[in-house]
Amino acid sequence: MNGVHDMGGMHGFGPVEPEPNEPVFHAAWEGRAFALNRAMGFTGLWNIDITRASREKLPPHVYLASSYYQKWTLGLQSLLLERGLIEPDELAAGRALRPGKKLPRKLTTAEIDKALARGSFERRATAPAKFKAGDRVRARNINPPTHTRLPRYARGRVGVVERVRGCHVYPDSVVRGEGENPQWLYTVVFDGRELWGPEADPSTKVSIEAFEPYLELSL
Amino acid sequence: MADHDHDHDHHHDHGSELSETQLRVRALESILTEKGYVDPAALDLLIEAYETKIGPHRGARVIAKAWADQEFKRRLIEDASDAVEALGFSNRVSDHLVAVENTERLHNMIVCTLCSCYPWEVLGLPPVWYKAAPYRSRAVIDPRGVLRDFGVELPADTQIRVWDSTAETRFIVLPMRPAGTDGWNEEQLASLVTRDCMIGTGLPRRPNETAR
Repeated sequence: MNGVHDMGGMHGFGPVEPEPNEPVFHAAWEGRAFALNRAMGFTGLWNIDITRASREKLPPHVYLASSYYQKWTLGLQSLLLERGLIEPDELAAGRALRPGKKLPRKLTTAEIDKALARGSFERRATAPAKFKAGDRVRARNINPPTHTRLPRYARGRVGVVERVRGCHVYPDSVVRGEGENPQWLYTVVFDGRELWGPEADPSTKVSIEAFEPYLELSL
Repeated sequence: MADHDHDHDHHHDHGSELSETQLRVRALESILTEKGYVDPAALDLLIEAYETKIGPHRGARVIAKAWADQEFKRRLIEDASDAVEALGFSNRVSDHLVAVENTERLHNMIVCTLCSCYPWEVLGLPPVWYKAAPYRSRAVIDPRGVLRDFGVELPADTQIRVWDSTAETRFIVLPMRPAGTDGWNEEQLASLVTRDCMIGTGLPRRPNETAR
């Protein structure tokens, strides 16, 4: 999806503003919004790709004007409504008006450590990797209207495969409801001038983590 | 699409927007609790874990050990998940942690242009700037300019490598060990390791800059 979330290379957002002694959460509601997202993620109703997509689908002006945990809150709310887990009248009332649905699992205090451990996204390969370290590859010029992890700034650009990272859950497929469809994942490194033109700083290189369907061999 | 009615109104002041968000989060928590989807006590524990347990002090231990112990450094570069696992933090680290080493000629910097991917297990939750548009947009096109925002000026002939975390691999920068630290133990070395130097937007403290 060619959304405003795909920010690499955009201008006009101003300087980075580091905050000395930044707290983990800036208000109590941020912690609650964070934990609600994690706890609902733990239920197994959706995976990390689907939550990312729910934030990317926020209207562009909302995405840009919302703080990070506001986006998390709005994304979660969208997912809950889409899946019929809550209803709009309940949101308006601020309380449940009907019983909940049965979920695959629920995060209990006894299982916190499981929720803190990151899942593994590597899967068994069903085909050999198409590319190897050193191969010159072009990132395909794809523009799916749905979630993808190929940033726009890399599309159509030629880079070099640096590492083969194993076979991983393919986000584009998960979000289309087509299952994990694992794909080989590669670190592909691009010269700054290939990405940004001949005037770019020649001492800079940028790499992305690219799934095999994003790439084609470049001669 | 969810109701975003309040968000279309950009004329209200910041304070009322926050209270609107507070109300929305509170409503969600009430509804999800009443429906039996979440347990508020579990939410408390999640928040507590990231406020008190899981943070950049973990990464600092990893880096300090790599500075002090060549064999550990070798393992860290080879397979960071495996090496960090051996340090025995209470919860498992991801299978896909990658440590990238700075040298005299190469400086590494981590970003997630698409969202906010970050090695939570060793650095905790990311700072606001890491998740915000200025950093995400500029890190890949103007890393030297971003470094200047952090007060860091690298030699012109230092190569800069920006790692965009576009999949589930997570990166941590192994900075260069500061000069003048011969004979320091791991705890002393860890005091030089800042969060930002493990993201690549800063350099480690020098021995005369320690907080101690």
